[in-house]
Amino acid sequence: MSIRRTAATAGRVLMQLLHDPRTIALMIVVPCVLVTLLKYVFNSQPRLFDNLAPMILGIFPLLMMFLVTSITTLRERKTGTLDRLMTMPISKLDIVFGYAGAFSLLGLVQACVVSAVALGLLGVTVLGGAASVLLAAVLAAFLGTSLGLFVSAFATSEFQAVELVMPILMPQILLCGLFAPREHMARFLQWLSDVFPLTYSVDAMRQITAHPTWTGVFVRDLLIVIGCAIVALILGSITIRRQE
Amino acid sequence: MVAIVPALEVSDKRLLWPVPPVASFAILLTVMTNIVSVRDLSVVLGGRFQALRRVSFSLQKGKIVGFIGPSGAGKTTLMRVIVGRERVRTGQVTVLGFSAGAKELRSRLSYMTQEISVYSDLTVHENLLYFARMRGLKGKEALAACREVLRQVAMTEKSGVLVMNLSGGQKQRVSLAIALLGDPELLVLDEPTVGLDPVLREQLWKLFRELAASGKTIIVSSHVMDEAERCEDLLLIRDGKIVAHDTPGQLCEKTGTKSVERAFLKLAGA
Repeated sequence: MSIRRTAATAGRVLMQLLHDPRTIALMIVVPCVLVTLLKYVFNSQPRLFDNLAPMILGIFPLLMMFLVTSITTLRERKTGTLDRLMTMPISKLDIVFGYAGAFSLLGLVQACVVSAVALGLLGVTVLGGAASVLLAAVLAAFLGTSLGLFVSAFATSEFQAVELVMPILMPQILLCGLFAPREHMARFLQWLSDVFPLTYSVDAMRQITAHPTWTGVFVRDLLIVIGCAIVALILGSITIRRQE
Repeated sequence: MVAIVPALEVSDKRLLWPVPPVASFAILLTVMTNIVSVRDLSVVLGGRFQALRRVSFSLQKGKIVGFIGPSGAGKTTLMRVIVGRERVRTGQVTVLGFSAGAKELRSRLSYMTQEISVYSDLTVHENLLYFARMRGLKGKEALAACREVLRQVAMTEKSGVLVMNLSGGQKQRVSLAIALLGDPELLVLDEPTVGLDPVLREQLWKLFRELAASGKTIIVSSHVMDEAERCEDLLLIRDGKIVAHDTPGQLCEKTGTKSVERAFLKLAGA
């Protein structure tokens, strides 16, 4: 693996996005609008919104980056550019980490804007501070990218790549504790929730909301998110085959 | 100890000369000039389709070689094996002295796939610069290489244009330009000139001849027979088998025909 080639790949992926301003606008504006919408959904229960908004901040980057990565890498597999890259003097990790770097950076930009809206304009209070929120959000973006990259191997069309959100991410969103506290779920769903990586991303946000300093659970959550992301990246690089 | 050493030396000499010196020199010469050598290669795709059936041939350095045959004959599969994208399961394939797919080959050969393998949402220049960097070129060296290959495919004035806004033929030339980056010794080009207008085609063939004259080996595939006449060495491929391997002139002479197309039809038994 080479830093130079990884950086070149990350730069290339970001450049592709820069040529598509509409996608960037969608990625940044839509989450802001949705968070605002949520505030007025819970118009009469502001406390509830205060608790939910940070969790949403952990879900958006993951969902968005999952979608964008699975489609871009699927295109790469389909259009022959990956074929070409695989005959060149590079490591597969240059590609995989290039993607992870590019989309984590984009996730950071997204998190900065959405957090500014949520914490600034909508008055959500997070005891742990904005910096911790951004950290957790970037790691959620990293996880989303890694999962997207891995899952793109199982899609043969862009249609399927989008549809994979339903079986892969929807259960994780349903069981992460956003809709109902995890303790109230059926026992087997709690187990399932325990093995879903998204749960830890959301839990990290919950920890920051409730505690002014980093708790042990928060650190554990972040480490689990990083671990899962790295495992998904490695699995993703295995699905990119040098030889068929 | 003293007694054993001379005995070893004798057996070493035997190992070195299992064949008469003249013959071994001939073998050495073929290994050196043969850029690709394929022996008994069979490829089954997806566990069912027999794409290549016991193919054997060798290619010499500095030639323009044509893989000619109808669609589905096995040309692309053969190219994918040579560039290392398709694993060799039965048979032997040696490229530039290494087995196909070896790591050492990645900086020495280049591959242009049949589909236009270029990022359509990047400009021509951004595409070239990215692939130049992936080939290991740095800074000014990479920029110079990009300029040079753009000139070679006559696309200099389109440098800043997004690939998605180019015509089909222009995209194809960008794809070819990428394959020229990094000064590869062996260029494997899958249908590089198909669909281009006659003037452009002539320009690219001139480029191929220049590259071959400078010692590079170029493998070009085509299902258009008039392209075959321009190659120095021809492999006619049909149903995963090599029907003929010859120069265009020899091929016509042997089959008693006037064009490669006729020769192919005669060999195919049509």
